[in-house]
Amino acid sequence: MTASVSEPSGLYDLVVVGAGSAGLAGAVIASELGLSVALVDASTQSGGQFYRHPAPALGAVRPEALHHDWSTFSNLRRRLGASGIAHLTGHHVWSLAKEADETWTVHAVTGADGTAKRPVRIRARTLLLATGAYERQLPFPGWTLPGVVGAAGAQAMLKSGLVLPGRRIVVAGSGPLLLAVAASLAAAGARVPTVVEAAGYLRYARTPRALVANPQKAAEALVHGAALLRHRVRVRLRSAVTEVHGTDRVEAVTVTRLDRDWRPVPGTGRRIACDALAVGHGLVPQIELATALGCATRPLPDCTLGLALDGLQETSVRGLWAAGETGGVGGAELAWTEGELAGRAVVARLLGRRSDAGRIAGLQRRRDRMRAFADVMASAHAPGPGWPVWLTDDTDVCRCEEVTVGCVREAVADLGARDARTVKLLTRAGMGWCQGRMCGTAVACLAARDGVAEPPSERRPFAVPVSLSTLAALDEPAEPGGVEAEASSIEGP
Amino acid sequence: MARTPTDLVGAQPDPPFEITFDGRSVTALPGQSVAAALWGAGILAWRTTRDGGRPRGAFCGIGQCYDCLATVNGEPNRRACLVPAHPGDAITTQEGHGHDRLGV
Ligand code: FES
Repeated sequence: MTASVSEPSGLYDLVVVGAGSAGLAGAVIASELGLSVALVDASTQSGGQFYRHPAPALGAVRPEALHHDWSTFSNLRRRLGASGIAHLTGHHVWSLAKEADETWTVHAVTGADGTAKRPVRIRARTLLLATGAYERQLPFPGWTLPGVVGAAGAQAMLKSGLVLPGRRIVVAGSGPLLLAVAASLAAAGARVPTVVEAAGYLRYARTPRALVANPQKAAEALVHGAALLRHRVRVRLRSAVTEVHGTDRVEAVTVTRLDRDWRPVPGTGRRIACDALAVGHGLVPQIELATALGCATRPLPDCTLGLALDGLQETSVRGLWAAGETGGVGGAELAWTEGELAGRAVVARLLGRRSDAGRIAGLQRRRDRMRAFADVMASAHAPGPGWPVWLTDDTDVCRCEEVTVGCVREAVADLGARDARTVKLLTRAGMGWCQGRMCGTAVACLAARDGVAEPPSERRPFAVPVSLSTLAALDEPAEPGGVEAEASSIEGP
Repeated sequence: MARTPTDLVGAQPDPPFEITFDGRSVTALPGQSVAAALWGAGILAWRTTRDGGRPRGAFCGIGQCYDCLATVNGEPNRRACLVPAHPGDAITTQEGHGHDRLGV
């Protein structure tokens, strides 16, 4: 079967990839200041992961019950609706290409899960990448059992589908997101016996300046803390789920105390009955579209990589801006701040005039303040070097290819692998459907000689799976127009 | 305290409909993904792995992990967390890579 490629109307001044906080803010301001803008997103609704919300058919009267700061999103969504932005929903971008004439081509596959027959290419003078992040996972015995779900995943399914993975859900891992997840699961009727946090919160106290400069973050923590108290959720610091029990689904977990390096303290394991475990160790910037182009990255304090950006959010590749979690995980407010900054920078470049110097300076100050806090947060929750102690040789590291810890250790100890890429070639860890998104951190840590992992920096030629017929069709002349009717819609206010 | 997620947001959904999972009837709400409909029915696994034959279902919930692959109306390898449920959809457990008939 051949697939013909279609092109929605011509050359846009700006194409924004991702309709979360950063992408919406960038698209809306650029459009309001006079640019022609297309906003491309995989989801059928705007909002990204943070403002994920039920489909209209679910008739949620109070979607804000699952969110903080819903008014910021409603405002952006209203401005999107009032703008002339082409909002291309259900478009999964798999590659960005810079053409000889310095314009860009954005390649996307369409449909809810990217399997619709018609691929699309969208042409742009400039790009803003606002693709957000995905959850970082560290393996432990039993983590592939049904009922073990991502912490952010549980929240995503709750926000969009109004469902829970169980009635009694332990929340575990590391990072401030866990408190928000536990609070929303409890508010939605789940019993949350405990939140298990591997880090201690004392680390924050070592950098009081960032804390004092960001009082809203402390207030946010208090809101979640109060909600957890109300639902009688106990928070255990310096502890981890080190084993899941059950044969076909979760029946209980073992929670063990950790030392400062995240090594389990022997004899401290406690079994806690539950029917689901929501687990996550922070977020990883989703930047493969940019790294495939050779964009420079910067190492973040939690051993992940973010894009290296200049004062106006431009990447090292001219004409490609980035905002939000792609530059390091920092939350929705930082994301829309950077999105607006990037949008204004694009306007200045294309129209040759600064839109509002005062506003830009204000956005930059706000960004720098929140970035400083994000870095404190990332270092406080970086995985300690001792976590691999809780693994057994038969624990799966790579969920897709079912590669065990034993195989990875053999590749490192006997075959001399020293980095995630070599382990991948020797064991197939990271070669499956998810392309190492779930196991990348763990493999890098296990491969590191001295326990200090290099962030996996591999380039992927495709950001999402693409059929051979799509690739074959790229050489054919494009069919202009027609795509809006078939595979996209303009979301109303 | 709300007892259910639908109570929490005051949901007044359009009328529910039926899909099937391995022949058994499951009630879905309009706007839910296939994965959400299955979770709503207490079903957490709808795939078995290629090597170990181990059960899997939704994990990341946002289209990144591919653990939720299901066969939807005969088509394998659909990400159930992204695919919307439609009335009469037949979801079946996907075994291995979902291409057994092709022998690949
Ligand atoms: S649950 Fe991860 S891709 Fe669907």
